[in-house]
Amino acid sequence: MQTKSTFKKICVTVIWGWLLLFALVPAALMLITSFLTPDSNDIVSFHLTFGNYTQLFNPAYLRILLQSLYLAFSCTALCLLIGYPFAFIIARSTSKHRSLFLLLVIIPFWTSSLIRTYAIMALIKAKGIINTVLLAVGIVHHPLPMLYTYGAILLGCVYDFLPFMILPLYANIEKLNPELIEAARDLGAGRIRTLCKIILPLTSSGIMAGTLLVFLPAMTMFYIPVLLGGAKNLLLGNLIENQFLAANNWPVGAAISMIITLFMCGMIFFYWRNSLSKDRSNFEELV
Amino acid sequence: MSEYVVELKGVSKRFGDYQALEEIDLTIRNGEFLTLLGPSGCGKTTILRLISGLERPDTGSIYINGQDVTDWPPEHRHLNMVFQSYALFPHMTVFENIAFGLRCKKIPEKEINERVEEILRIVKLTKLAERKPNQLSGGQQQRVAIARAVVNRPLVLLLDEPLSALDYNLRKDMQVELKQLQRKLGVTFVFVTHDQEEALSMSDRVAVMNEGKIEQLGSPRDVYEEPVSLYVAEFIGEANIFETKVIRTNKKNIIVSIEDKRFTFKNKRGCKTRQEVNIMVRPEDLAVWREDEIADKANEMDSMLPGKVEQVIYKGSIVELIVRLESNKRLFATEFFNEDDEKLDYQIGEPVWVNWLPGWEVVLPNAN
Repeated sequence: MQTKSTFKKICVTVIWGWLLLFALVPAALMLITSFLTPDSNDIVSFHLTFGNYTQLFNPAYLRILLQSLYLAFSCTALCLLIGYPFAFIIARSTSKHRSLFLLLVIIPFWTSSLIRTYAIMALIKAKGIINTVLLAVGIVHHPLPMLYTYGAILLGCVYDFLPFMILPLYANIEKLNPELIEAARDLGAGRIRTLCKIILPLTSSGIMAGTLLVFLPAMTMFYIPVLLGGAKNLLLGNLIENQFLAANNWPVGAAISMIITLFMCGMIFFYWRNSLSKDRSNFEELV
Repeated sequence: MSEYVVELKGVSKRFGDYQALEEIDLTIRNGEFLTLLGPSGCGKTTILRLISGLERPDTGSIYINGQDVTDWPPEHRHLNMVFQSYALFPHMTVFENIAFGLRCKKIPEKEINERVEEILRIVKLTKLAERKPNQLSGGQQQRVAIARAVVNRPLVLLLDEPLSALDYNLRKDMQVELKQLQRKLGVTFVFVTHDQEEALSMSDRVAVMNEGKIEQLGSPRDVYEEPVSLYVAEFIGEANIFETKVIRTNKKNIIVSIEDKRFTFKNKRGCKTRQEVNIMVRPEDLAVWREDEIADKANEMDSMLPGKVEQVIYKGSIVELIVRLESNKRLFATEFFNEDDEKLDYQIGEPVWVNWLPGWEVVLPNAN
């Protein structure tokens, strides 16, 4: 017992130490930076100010925020629309096919997301694979403009985040007792009523978990809009990147980051409150 | 309303390579308590799921009240099922669970309230209406499951081993309660179980199933006292079996040899000479005698089997004896206590004689 508890203490201490050093300290530095004055020579000068925050209330930034929200929202909705039926089917299929399908979902994780984004570029650019095939077959006579559109960004985001939606949904749907669905049908519920009254409520924690896992990173995604959207569509992620790397205005970048962090904390808190009343374990599964 | 509430005609079902149900015919009478009895994998649950519409038969047709419902989905058949796991909706209260079926039928909310409250009274759960299923005990959950089904006033209530998750005492209580509920509601019950005692005590008719076939369908008394096959005889209750051959037959009787003694039995099932038969005698039909208890030794001993007491199991109201015959065959005999108790005070190793009243044996022609 003694060694077990010592082992436990060491594990917990190492992980807490790691997180303190590489997550909490940088976050605290960001928080401090966001209240300092920008300085072109030393990056920041130590004069406290709220200016970084007040200047964010400006229509240009608000538009970027709305655009980012819109992208994150549509990406999440699409992931849910595609992912839910998929997760439902694999969770209900026979075990032989199930592991294969699950593997197919996980395989993309083995490659860097950035490389996969370049692969999408190769597929959809003007002289890319899809256009070459379409031209050769004679379906189109001019290459379709697909790259550098909003649709391309959405495609990239949905592709990139789909597994984050499918996996929690799968875990949740798999636990659903199939007899509950049969019981609903037996009691006279049609397919739609069974879906709305039984299946969706009982898998709501999986839906929430998947939504959070897609929505939050989609809000701050920056390289997909640059690569697939051609930097035309400026989003929050690009804005932060610009402030730090191009404009060299760290305090404003930090301020935007802090606001997004607050926003995300709010969402997670909301999820936590919800899951408390339902099923605590699902939240612990996610975190 | 026709006499038969459910009819299965030539219905069969296969899952992949596994023939769950051979082609069977089954008619269920209106208002009866029919039990499908058999070991796991015998197809009894498959029959239930076919009737409910949760599975479609590969061949044959299913009729409910004379109407062909083979292609109907479960929600359109006027039947309800009580699942083995109860399948209560965990996100709904007891009240909502019970009201679910009524809400699906778009019954006015006021009537729903009345009907749910009435059924809650019948199953004695009125105080727990606002609880969630996970706040209930096993017996309470089971009553909610039954209430949720019967509140819809189904033509037939299908019960899939509903008592198997309960402990022994609760199970006994629920058997009585279920039977009372069935009488009160007058609803046809189709009950699936692997527990023969449960089947005998609750049913009007029992269908004994084996490997996708119905071996015998009859009253509990029929299947116990007149089993049609060795399988039924051995599955229901204890049975002593003598394997032998018919030596001679005449019009009414057959003559067989048991333990080198000749016995003449009534030929009820048309056995032929040299046919292999099994003679089955229930333990409670066997009488065990000490030599000094036999009055007319010369005559009676011809029809008695000699053996030794191997084990005595005292069970309060009865004594179970295991008697080893001279051929090394073991017989089970159950003796009931009567006024002169001393008779039942058997010693292990004591020589005894076993017989039974002529006609209490069952002659089972060997299937092969």
